[in-house]
Amino acid sequence: MKRYSAFAIAREALRYHTGWERAWGNPEPKKRYDVIVVGAGGHGLATAFYLGKNFGITNVAVIEKGWLGGGNTGRNTTIIRSNYLQDPSAAIYEKSRSLYETMSQDLNMNVMFSPRGVIMLAQTHHEVRGYQRTAHANALQGVETTFIGPEKVKELVPIINLDGPRYPVLGGLWQARAGTARHDAVAWGYARACTDMGMDIIQNCAVQGVETEAGQVKAVNTSKGRIECGKLALVVAGHSSDLAEMAGFRLPVESVALQALVSEPIKPCMDVVVMANTVHGYMSQSDKGEMVIGGGTDGFNNYTQRGSFHHIEETVRALVETFPMISRLKMLRQWGGIVDMTGDRSPLISKTPVGNIFVNCGWGTGGFKAIPGSGWAMAELVAKGEPGPLAADFGMERFREGRFIDESVAAGVAH
Amino acid sequence: MLILTCPYCGVEADETELAPGGEAHLKRETVGASDEAFEDYLFRRENPKGVHFERWRHAYGCGKWFLAARHTVTLEVYGTYPAQTPEPPKDIVAAIKKRLPEWEGRG
Ligand SMILES: Cc1cc2nc3c(=O)[nH]c(=O)nc-3n(C[C@H](O)[C@H](O)[C@H](O)COP(=O)(O)OP(=O)(O)OC[C@H]3O[C@@H](n4cnc5c(N)ncnc54)[C@H](O)[C@@H]3O)c2cc1C
Ligand SMILES: [Zn+2]
Repeated sequence: MKRYSAFAIAREALRYHTGWERAWGNPEPKKRYDVIVVGAGGHGLATAFYLGKNFGITNVAVIEKGWLGGGNTGRNTTIIRSNYLQDPSAAIYEKSRSLYETMSQDLNMNVMFSPRGVIMLAQTHHEVRGYQRTAHANALQGVETTFIGPEKVKELVPIINLDGPRYPVLGGLWQARAGTARHDAVAWGYARACTDMGMDIIQNCAVQGVETEAGQVKAVNTSKGRIECGKLALVVAGHSSDLAEMAGFRLPVESVALQALVSEPIKPCMDVVVMANTVHGYMSQSDKGEMVIGGGTDGFNNYTQRGSFHHIEETVRALVETFPMISRLKMLRQWGGIVDMTGDRSPLISKTPVGNIFVNCGWGTGGFKAIPGSGWAMAELVAKGEPGPLAADFGMERFREGRFIDESVAAGVAH
Repeated sequence: MLILTCPYCGVEADETELAPGGEAHLKRETVGASDEAFEDYLFRRENPKGVHFERWRHAYGCGKWFLAARHTVTLEVYGTYPAQTPEPPKDIVAAIKKRLPEWEGRG
């Protein structure tokens, strides 16, 4: 595949942009693949990418029921950070954050990674203690974060109201290297790189059944027919229970809708990401000038990809309290995604009761940031059949063994 | 907007008046149960794309727990019934079958 570069743009400008190649193929499925990845979201595509890049496994198909990146990957608010509390989380999220730094070069696609910094506001004394603890834990883990006072918060975010009517800002957990990236470009970049390695990205192809023989995976049945595979990776976020049921097991996961919304574009007013976990909302400004806003999940299981209306009111109320200047902003769009929640708010990168079926899910409200690290770890699990150091603690047996990776505080507001 | 009728006070309650409580009819495990059984009880969930039996509390009304049968994709509600009911009642099952003849029962 021809490389993207400033030179390529100049060359194409001279010939009326007639020489650009398709970024990814549109193949018919083959009869058999060494590995089938179900789900062309960021995690599925990154899994395929690292199967090829780190393990030389390229007879791979990524099967997607809709269009690539059309699930949560294309619906999220793109916060990337690694200031979690527990060691296994810090390891995989920090690996992921550092891979984002070089992703544009690695994929030869501008993913617009913007390490603009993320503040998580502390608005109760409990939260102050919690984030101070996280900052200490992060120091031991080698993740650079600091606990900052209200003056520093105001300096970083001039539009913030420190003396809100309910919860004054008492400080914040600041990660300067955290930030955002262009979500679609992440999916597109991986899809292009996978196609370049000879893999098949098969869109508009729903997996409808999983065939097993003597406890081992054999094939998947799809809307485009039966496809055999040596190994099967289920990477379908909120639809994981559905796929697990096809394969005959049950997961410690529940699916709920999470929403986001964006405002009309305005002039630059905030160049960091601010999360307010106590009042429950977060906001950043996109390069187009829209304020990108996220908030609550529905409390009940559902697959509606829409979300309950009252959450918008709650989120917007919290943010108007925190940033009074947005009170007259018009909101342009609202949408939802189906997120996969586990009991300890940490993901599963795991073997399953069926031989050669592996699952990667449970990233819930916060897995965009984890895409490259998760793909790296999942590829190792799929290639070797056993988890490597990054994935070892994320097996689903941890729920039976009582070995939780409790991130309910770090996961805080849904993001 | 989800509306459920509280089986105790008969109020048609909007979801902001209710607190969700997760999957219903779970078999509670106790002393002596295997780790596997506890894992099932505490963490493994049916999480179906379809009919879901679930617990709700009429939090800003009479305060009582009740159960509901609801479709997780369409949000259609098939009925609600008191929390002390060990299995989905016949009339609720009939209401589901009427709408979804191919439904095979709880997973
Ligand atoms: C509103 C919102 C805001 C968020 N904000 C953030 C944030 O700021 N930061 C952050 O880190 N994370 C955030 N997240 C979470 C993040 O989006 C997800 O954790 C992440 O994108 C999951 O990626 P994935 O590849 O696992 O899943 P997805 O991108 O959902 O991909 C799964 C794919 O599987 C496909 N699929 C499902 N069933 C089948 C089938 N039967 N056959 C074939 N294909 C199938 C789906 O169509 C889908 O494309 C947010 C999520 C939402 C919804
Ligand atoms: Zn009532």
